[in-house]
Amino acid sequence: MAKIGVFVCQCGNNIARTVDTADVAEKTGELSGVAHVEDYKFMCSAPGQEMFKKAIKDNNLDGCIVSACSPKMHEATFRKAAEDAGLNPFKVEIANIREQCSWVHDDKEIATAKSKDITKMMVNRLKYNRPLERYKMPVTKRALIIGGGIAGIQAALDLANAQIPVSIVEREPSLGGNMARLSETFPTLDCSQCILTPRMVEVSNHPLISIHSYAELEKLDGYIGNFRATIRLKAKSVIEKDCTGCGECWEKCPFTVENEFDMGLSKRSVIYIPFPQAVPTVPVIDRENCPKFIKDKCGLCAKVCGQQCIDFTQQDRVIEEEFGAVIVATGFKLMPNVYKEYGGYRPPHMTPKKLTAKIRKTLPRSTAGRLVDVINGLEFERLASASGPTGGEIRRPSDGKVPETVVFIACVGSRDCNKGVEYCSKICCMYTAKHTMLYQHNVHHGKSYVFYMDIRAGGKGYEEFINRAQSENANYVRGRVSRLSKKGDKILVKGADTFTGHALEIEADMVVLATAMVPQEDAMGVAKNLGISYDQHGFFSEQHPKLMPVDSSTGGIYLAGACQGVKDIPETVAQASAAASKVMQLFSREELEREPEVAIVDEKNCMNCWDCVTVCPYNAIDRTEITNRQGQFLKWAAKVNPGLCQGCGLCNTVCRSKSIELEGYTDQQVYAQITAFEGAFV
Amino acid sequence: MSKNLTHVPYYPGCSLKTKALGYERSAMDCAKAIGFEMHEIATWNCCGASFPLTKDNLMGLAAPANILLEAEQHCQEREIDANLITLCSFCYNTLKRTDFAFREEPKKLETLNAFLKRQYQGSIKVVHYLEYLRDVIGFDNLAKMVKRDMSSLRVAPYYGCLLLKPQKEMALDDPEEPVILHDFLEAIGCQVVDFPGQVDCCGSYLIMRDPEKVLELSHNILQEANDYGADALVTACPLCQSNLDQSEGERRGSDHYIGVQGMPIFYFTQLLAVALGLDTEPHQFERHCIDPTSILSACLEDGAKPIEAKK
Repeated sequence: MAKIGVFVCQCGNNIARTVDTADVAEKTGELSGVAHVEDYKFMCSAPGQEMFKKAIKDNNLDGCIVSACSPKMHEATFRKAAEDAGLNPFKVEIANIREQCSWVHDDKEIATAKSKDITKMMVNRLKYNRPLERYKMPVTKRALIIGGGIAGIQAALDLANAQIPVSIVEREPSLGGNMARLSETFPTLDCSQCILTPRMVEVSNHPLISIHSYAELEKLDGYIGNFRATIRLKAKSVIEKDCTGCGECWEKCPFTVENEFDMGLSKRSVIYIPFPQAVPTVPVIDRENCPKFIKDKCGLCAKVCGQQCIDFTQQDRVIEEEFGAVIVATGFKLMPNVYKEYGGYRPPHMTPKKLTAKIRKTLPRSTAGRLVDVINGLEFERLASASGPTGGEIRRPSDGKVPETVVFIACVGSRDCNKGVEYCSKICCMYTAKHTMLYQHNVHHGKSYVFYMDIRAGGKGYEEFINRAQSENANYVRGRVSRLSKKGDKILVKGADTFTGHALEIEADMVVLATAMVPQEDAMGVAKNLGISYDQHGFFSEQHPKLMPVDSSTGGIYLAGACQGVKDIPETVAQASAAASKVMQLFSREELEREPEVAIVDEKNCMNCWDCVTVCPYNAIDRTEITNRQGQFLKWAAKVNPGLCQGCGLCNTVCRSKSIELEGYTDQQVYAQITAFEGAFV
Repeated sequence: MSKNLTHVPYYPGCSLKTKALGYERSAMDCAKAIGFEMHEIATWNCCGASFPLTKDNLMGLAAPANILLEAEQHCQEREIDANLITLCSFCYNTLKRTDFAFREEPKKLETLNAFLKRQYQGSIKVVHYLEYLRDVIGFDNLAKMVKRDMSSLRVAPYYGCLLLKPQKEMALDDPEEPVILHDFLEAIGCQVVDFPGQVDCCGSYLIMRDPEKVLELSHNILQEANDYGADALVTACPLCQSNLDQSEGERRGSDHYIGVQGMPIFYFTQLLAVALGLDTEPHQFERHCIDPTSILSACLEDGAKPIEAKK
């Protein structure tokens, strides 16, 4: 015979206003198996909990029901209290008579009857609760960081300075990410590279940080505390440990291609480092464009290398490493500059189906040619950067002329459900204001116009920065641009000034688009690889938008920077540090505890349909061989990895032989709960 | 003619019977030459000319719904494909958006059916003549039927607004960078000049309230086309044609509008008729304000060498 204690909480007036708690306690006391009842004003208060513990000890209770608020509120409180009193915490259940009863009813009679029913159902359910033990798992105290931009750099330094070994996987030949491309940063106008490169050097010198540059994560197995990462180190064709970064090879290399670091505004050699301050300062050979690899010609770099460290035969290497936690910091890119590609504004998804290869070849035509002087924000950054293709002078791409009139257009592709993305790209107002200043500093007599929808400058010192840009010579025009077209060697900008209500035409030498920030092209692939969720745009989803903004949907994987949503540098850095501190919390314990409410398999019954394997969103179910004592194979069965299982119950519902059960929510418990329902109040 | 012509039901609308008679006749002539025949549906009414933008007032959809109903009956009686061909951009826009509204929200059709004389089942697909040429006939096939050498013509396509917008509902071509007229003109052998103003507004029915605005807007369009090197404009919309063509006449001699003068505005079917080697006599070039025959003379001259019909 069970000895169950029932504690009915009045919650001040919250419950007692519509529920006669004394009546509920009295009626519940009459149920079989109930050994003790209490009716109390605040169960969650310190005296309430003391009373709860005392009742368990005094009456030697083997299970407790607290009829109170939602289990989301105080389930953990009472389970902890039960544990202190020597009762298995999973023998404590909450009957929710506040959110699901007293708050939603007015009639005291009905609400009291319903409360009795709810409590009775939980009592019946509790009779079948098994005492469960939390799982304990070891932790590998190493962190993996995907992406070596400012977010990855910050997280790596924070962790390494807390004595946690870190590996950074970066796809490009150097760390730095998009921040390395920027010229100056708002709102203080300090040089981006000047503040970034010291951190890059710090990373490269730190004994606890290993950098895998020119590498990609191929696969991530395992679970929180125990991940196994498969990393592909792409062949650099350079022996890293021997290379001194002298630069002999990339200076002598006779072949050039578009420089992606300069957004295609300049050329780079085929063996290259992306920028002078690259970390590591080891060049890589771009095999797709190198004649040595295409037709076995040249090989000049190998001849000039004093260290003899060019190795054309190098192969990709695949390594496996163990980690306890992962920080994803894959960053962003800008929406493609459609003027360059099509000669007219057409986001990629609007491309008509009929746009066959033949037609594509003849495009662009209607606006008469590529508008090469229409550039995006990052391209402008490169033009304004002292290490950029023009050495910091603002010159337009088509003919190198200094532009006398520049039009900046905000919200290109962002805040536009029809032609782009619905969200606000957030940083554009600020960087456009910064661009007008950089332009003004460079070209003193130049004229600049900014077409904007609204100015969104919510940040420390941001509004002041915008005011400065507006009062210095930039002309802010509130309105949208309807068309850009070629007029002689200028670009005709047609737009509206909605303050004066007039159409506006400006002949500009150059146009800068504040195109929307979007996730990296392969962000969704990365998410699938890692088993984390993402939103409709491809940004990785956080666990909770307010209270868990750096946790991904999967335990042990954290998010930092613009891969989670549009962000500026300070926010990115803050999030990276937050993610690092989450990892430190995780690593502060020797063993991890996991809730035991996971699926368990009845191996005898399992009939190997593997529906559970297909349906599990966390890849927590595997196949296992069942053998007899002699080690002979008997049958296959499903096996749940309790480290990965999140207790969602999907496998439970698809299992046709009813051989998977969710601990804490077994069929027996749920049926017992349902059959106790009387519905007297209906 | 012994050839068996495909029967396609056709809804003309008001302009095609009045101002744009040349458009209708050339379209019908070309159709026969290409291999289909446009049959006017037995009874028809005004399409309403503009699609009602109030979402809750279905009365505006009654007129186009009635046309679709007539067309459906026309097709059912003859057991032919449920297409309805249109020429005017306004009619095309109104009918296609009505059709779209019914497909998106069948409840609307249900409500309207209570007011119609019979139940409209929603089978009709509204197609523009140009769309029919592209999707059913094929521009490649069209190119093979060309009989006259059109290469002396430097023409610019002009789309206007209603043929393409709103994109989601019309789904004919890209609204900002359309190619359909360009491809058509290329197929019949013209030199095609694209210009940014090809999707600009001609002023539309502001011609009734503010004709001065139309003068200005159409002047900008023609001037831009001229700057890009076009000798003539080609359109598919009777109102665009009328606005552009007549305003040129009105601007003549004005001190305010300097620049382009005498640029003829064609319906695309008029050029198609020339290319197919048809008799252009009934196509009413004489009703244009700006005489288009002079720039056509090179193509129409008896001495002009008809190009070899490709197999």
